[in-house]
Amino acid sequence: MMRETSDTVCEVVLPDALLRLYPEAERRLAVAAADVGSLIDELDQRWPGMGACLRDSRPSVRKHISIMIDGERSALETKIAPGATVFVLTAVSGG
Amino acid sequence: MAKRVILLIGTKKGTFIAESGEARQDWSLKGPFCDAWPINHVIGDATTGTIYAAGGNEWFGPSVWKSHDLGETWTRSGNGFNYAEGEEPVKSAWSLAKSHGRLHVGVEPAGLFVSGDDGENFEHVESLRAHPSRETWVPGAGGLILHSIVPHPDDPNELWVAISTAGVFHTADGGKTFDARNKGTRAGFMPEGMQYPETGQCVHCIVMAAGRPDRLYQQNHTGMYRCDDGGEQWVSIEEGLPSEFGFPAAAHPHDADTVYFIPLNGAIEGRYVPDGKAAVWRSRDAGSTWSALRNGLPQENAFFGVLRQAMATDNLERAGIYFGTNTGTLYGSRDEGDTWGMVAQHLPVIHSVETMVIDA
Repeated sequence: MMRETSDTVCEVVLPDALLRLYPEAERRLAVAAADVGSLIDELDQRWPGMGACLRDSRPSVRKHISIMIDGERSALETKIAPGATVFVLTAVSGG
Repeated sequence: MAKRVILLIGTKKGTFIAESGEARQDWSLKGPFCDAWPINHVIGDATTGTIYAAGGNEWFGPSVWKSHDLGETWTRSGNGFNYAEGEEPVKSAWSLAKSHGRLHVGVEPAGLFVSGDDGENFEHVESLRAHPSRETWVPGAGGLILHSIVPHPDDPNELWVAISTAGVFHTADGGKTFDARNKGTRAGFMPEGMQYPETGQCVHCIVMAAGRPDRLYQQNHTGMYRCDDGGEQWVSIEEGLPSEFGFPAAAHPHDADTVYFIPLNGAIEGRYVPDGKAAVWRSRDAGSTWSALRNGLPQENAFFGVLRQAMATDNLERAGIYFGTNTGTLYGSRDEGDTWGMVAQHLPVIHSVETMVIDA
C-alpha cells in the first residue's frame, strides 16, 4: 500500500449506484494512489468486492464505468497527480 | 404441516417473489429486489429457505444475490467471477444450481463457476472451457450463455450443463473433465450432411425426470428430445407438437414420464405462441404423444414467448406448473396444467421462474 502523505493523496467521488451496493462507503474520500489501478486496489481493501465492480478480469476499467481525471476518461495505468479529484461515474447504459 | 408455495421470478428489472398457500389460488407479489438489476435466474433452497439470484448489470458486472429472509434483505457477491487475463470477461451470471453443499453458477460468456461457501466466493471450473470444442462455441440470440445446470441428485461428482450455442456437456468426475453429450440432437441451421455434429447444437433447456437421473428432456433450437442414458443418445420427441422450436422444458416433480414444453411458432417466424393462441403441451408418456393445455390461457391475440428458464413445477402432490412470458405475465396451474390462471401481470420481461415449497 502506498504511504499516505499530502503529496500522494487524491480526492475520489463515488457514484450513487455504487454507494447503494456499499452503503457504508463514503461519497467523497481521500485515497493515496499513484494510478487508477492502485486506486481501485485501495477501494477494494476498504470495501471488499468494490474492486470487481470497477475493474474486470481483462484487466480493464469496466466497459460502462468511467473514471474521469481532469475531464479525461482514464485507464488502469493512468497516473493520478497529487491533489487531483477522481470521479467514478456510471456511464449511460441500460434499457 | 401446511405449506407456503413461493415463486421466484427473475426479470429484466430485478427479482420478484410471489407467494400462496397450498391452494395456490390467491397470490401476493413483492419486488423488485436486487436493486432492479437484470436477473437471469432465481432459485430457492427449501432446506434452508435461502434464495439465490444470478444476474449482472452493465456497470458492475456479474453477481449472485442472496436472501435468508424470503427477500426482505439481500447480500451480493461478485467475488471470483474471473477468466484469465486477456480473455473476454464474465459479463453476467445466468444460471444456478444448489446441490451437495455447493452452488454452481453458469455465466456469459459461457463458463461454469462453483462456490463452496454458500455464494460468498466463486471459483472457475476451468475444465469446461478447456474442452477441445471451445473455439467453435458461438453466441445465440441470447448471447454465449451457460443456461442449464442439472446436478445428479445422488452423485456429487456428476453434472450436466447446456450452452447456447455449444451443446450439452457432462462431467462424472466432479468437474475435472467434461464430455459432449449431443448425439442424436440436430443442428438444423447447419448444411445438409453436417447437422449432427459432436458439438455446436443450440440447446435451449435441459431438465431431469423425477426420480430417474438417467432421463433428461431437452428443448433445442431445432427439436425436442429425450434421453434415457444420461445423454449418451438423444431421441426426437417432437412428433405431435406444433413446431420444433421453443425455449423452456419442465419435468413433472413425481412422474418421470410427464414433461411440459411451450412450442413457439418458429425460430424465424416471430418466436411467439402459434397463431397467437397460448398453450402448454404435456406428454404423459415420455414424449410419445402430446396434448395441448389451453384452459384459462389466452386464445386470441397472444404474441408472447416464454424464455428458456421461465417454466417450472412445484413439488406438491398435485403439481403446480408456472410460466412467465417475455411480456411480463406469470401464469400458473394448480392441477398439473389442466386449468390455468394469471398469477401476476405487468412485470418486466420474465427471464426465469422457479419454485420453493416450505413449511408454513
